[in-house]
Amino acid sequence: MTATAPAPANQRLAMAKAINLGLRRAMERDAKVLLMGEDIGALGGVFRVTDGLQKDFGGDRVVDTPLAESGIVGTAIGLAVAGYRPVCEIQFDGFIFPAFNQITTQLAKMHYRSRGRVQVPVVIRVPYGGGIGAVEHHSESPEALFAHTAGLRVVSPANPSDAFTMIQQAIACPDPVLFLEPKSRYWDKADVEVSAAEQVLDADAGLNQARIVRPGTDVTLAAYGPSVATALRAASAAEAEGHSLEVVDLRSISPIDFDTLTESVRRTGRLVVVHEAPVFFGAGAEIAARVSQECFYHLEAPVARVGGFHAPYPVAKLEHDYLPDLDRVLHAVDGVLAH
Amino acid sequence: MTTDTTGAIPPVGETDDDLIQLLTPEGERVHHEAYTPRIDDLDRAALEGLYRDMVLVRRFDSEATSLQRHGELGLWPPSLGQEAAQVGSGRALAPQDYVFPSYRELGVAWTRGVDLHQVLHQFRGEDHGGWDPAAHNFHLYALVIGSHTLHATGYAMGIQRDGDVGTGDPDRDRAAVVYFGDGATAQGDVNEALTFAAVNDAPVVFYCQNNHWAISEPTTRQSRVPLSHRGQGFGVPSVRVDGNDVLACYAVTAEALERAHSGGGPTFIEAVTYRMGAHTTSDDPTRYRTRADEEVWRRRDPIERLATLLRAEGSGEEFFTALEAEAEAFGEGVRDYCRAIPVPPDSRMFENVYATENAQVSAEREWFTEYQEGFDTEEAAG
Ligand SMILES: Cc1ncc(C[n+]2csc(CCOP(=O)(O)OP(=O)(O)O)c2C)c(N)n1
Repeated sequence: MTATAPAPANQRLAMAKAINLGLRRAMERDAKVLLMGEDIGALGGVFRVTDGLQKDFGGDRVVDTPLAESGIVGTAIGLAVAGYRPVCEIQFDGFIFPAFNQITTQLAKMHYRSRGRVQVPVVIRVPYGGGIGAVEHHSESPEALFAHTAGLRVVSPANPSDAFTMIQQAIACPDPVLFLEPKSRYWDKADVEVSAAEQVLDADAGLNQARIVRPGTDVTLAAYGPSVATALRAASAAEAEGHSLEVVDLRSISPIDFDTLTESVRRTGRLVVVHEAPVFFGAGAEIAARVSQECFYHLEAPVARVGGFHAPYPVAKLEHDYLPDLDRVLHAVDGVLAH
Repeated sequence: MTTDTTGAIPPVGETDDDLIQLLTPEGERVHHEAYTPRIDDLDRAALEGLYRDMVLVRRFDSEATSLQRHGELGLWPPSLGQEAAQVGSGRALAPQDYVFPSYRELGVAWTRGVDLHQVLHQFRGEDHGGWDPAAHNFHLYALVIGSHTLHATGYAMGIQRDGDVGTGDPDRDRAAVVYFGDGATAQGDVNEALTFAAVNDAPVVFYCQNNHWAISEPTTRQSRVPLSHRGQGFGVPSVRVDGNDVLACYAVTAEALERAHSGGGPTFIEAVTYRMGAHTTSDDPTRYRTRADEEVWRRRDPIERLATLLRAEGSGEEFFTALEAEAEAFGEGVRDYCRAIPVPPDSRMFENVYATENAQVSAEREWFTEYQEGFDTEEAAG
C-alpha cells in the first residue's frame, strides 16, 4: 500500500469549544443523547459551552430546564431509565448541592440496587474550580464528596484535547459520570485531533487511565483538572534549578489509576499531590495513603500534598493565596527533595 | 362523627364537597356526572376481581406483618386500609404504563403482576429490590421520600420523546405513574417534579395517597391546604378522591391516564385514605393517635364496602367462601417462602457497583476474597 492515511484533522481549540464539539459529535452519533440544564439553549450556557447546539438540535434535545438542580438530575435519571443518555449541566460547582441527594442516593446506586437490571448513563457536567475572580459559590472543588460515593465515576480533563475525547467517552459510558470542567482552563487553546474520537470511544479503559504528561526522574507530581497546568509550569521551573519532575495527569479521580501512579513513584521515589480542593479529606489524602502503603520501600520522603485550606473558598481578592500555585508546588518539591 | 382531637381526620363526605366518591362507606353507589361513566366497563366479574385483589393483598400484608413480628423480616410497611387506593388505581393502568412506587405499594405491585413474594426480599435484607422492573413496568421501591417523583417525570419526558403520547393507539400511548404519601408533598423534589411535569406537559400521573400520617405527623403538619390544591398551584389538574372507594380510585386514575396518554399532560390525584396499621412495624401509633380515630376509619374499610355492594348486586356466598379459601392458601405459603430466601453470597456486595469494570471495586473484591479464603485455609489446617 502506498496510499497514506489522511492527515488527522487537527484544530486549535479552546477547551470550552472542544467540549462543545465533543457534545455535538455525541449528539450526532446517538439520537438518545440530550442535553439539559439552566440557560444552555439560546444563551449556550453561562460559559457558552453548549453554544449553538439548541439551534442545530432543537429544544427537545438541548433542554432549558427550570431552575432546579435536583429536578435536573432527578428527571435525567428517569430519562435514562427510559433509554436516553442525558447530559446535565450544573451551572456552577457550588450549586450542585441541591442535586447532591439525587446524585449520591439515586443516580450512583440504581444500577447496584437493581442488581444490574437498570442502567443510568447520566453525565453531569460541572464548570468547577477557582481562579476566575468569581463571587461566593462559583469556585469550589467538591470532587471528594462524589468520589467517596460508590457507583459514580468522577473525571476531569486538563486540556482541550482530552476534554474533547473524554466528554464523548463519558457519554458513551454506561455508568453515571461526574464530569468536572476546569473553568479556569476553558479558554486555554491547544491542538485537538478531532478525527481521533471514534477509536478512543471503543477503549473502555481510556476514561480511567492516568497519563504521564511530562516524564522526569526526581519527583512525581500528581494532579488533575486545573492543577495539571500548574504542575507542568512547576516542572518547567524546577528544570531550571536542575530538578527533573514527572507530571502525572490522573484524569480520573474515581477510580484512580494507581498502577500508572505507583509505577511513576517507584521510579522517582517521591510524590507531591496537587489539587485545588481542600487538602483535608481530599483526593490527595487517599492518594498519599495508598502510595505510602504500596510504595513504602521505594519512597525517599513522605508524600506531600498541596491544595486548598480548611476554610471556605475565600473572596476573589485572596484566591491566589488559597489556590496551589507554582511557588507552593515548588516549596513542597523542595520539601520532599530535602529528605 | 367523633370529635377530631388531632386535627388529622377530615370527616370524609361531610365537608369535602370536592371529594370524588362512587361508592359510599355503606356500600351504595353514588352517581357522579363525570366519573360514573368511567366505571361503565366494570361489570360484576370485574368488581369481583377488584375485591379479590384487595382481599389477597390484605392477606399477604397481614402475613408479612406477622413475619416481621416473628423476626423473619427486618421491617415491614403495612398497607392495611390502603387497598382500594392502590388496587383501584393500579387496575386502571395500561400494561405499557410505567410505575414508580414508593415503599408501601403492595397493592399496586399486585396489579402489575409482581409476585408479591418478591417484595419480601428487600425487607428480609437479601436484596435492595427483588423484582425485574422492566418485566412488570414497576420500578424498584424508593426509600428516599419523594425522590422518585422526579424519576417518573423524567421517564415521562422520555415517553414524550419516543412519540408515545397522543397517537390514539391504545396499545401505544403510555404514561408514568408515581405513588407517594402526604408527607412526601412537603419535599422539594415533589415540588420540582410538579414544576418539570407542568412546564413540559409530561405524561405523568402523581398519585398521592393521603393516609393522614407521615409516621407520627398528621397531614396538617405538611400542608395548610388540601394537597390537591397544591397540584393546582403548579398548573397541574388535580382531583381529590375517596381513597377507600375502589371504584372512584379506578375512575380518577383512568381519567388522568386518558389525559396523559392523549398528550394532555400531568394530573395530581389526592386519594384520601387512612393507614390503619402502624407506619412500619417499628412504629407505635398509640403514641400519637386515638382508638376512636381509628374506629372512624375502620367503619370506612374499603374491602367491607365493596363486599356490601357485591352482595347487593348478586354475588353469592359461594364467591366469598371460595375467595376466603384462596386467601387462606395464599397466606399459608408466605412464611415458608420467606424463610427459604437464601442469604446472598458475600460476592454480591461487589456486583453491579458499576456497569463497567472498576479498578477500585476489583481490587477490594480480590482482597476480600483472599481474606475470606485465608480463613478456609486456616480451618483446613485445623
Ligand atoms: C428524605 C427522607 N426523609 C425521611 C425519611 C424517613 N421516613 C420514612 S417514611 C416517612 C414518612 C413518610 O410519610 P408519607 O410521605 O406520608 O408516606 P406514608 O409512609 O404515610 O405512606 C419518613 C419521615 C425518608 N425515608 N426519606
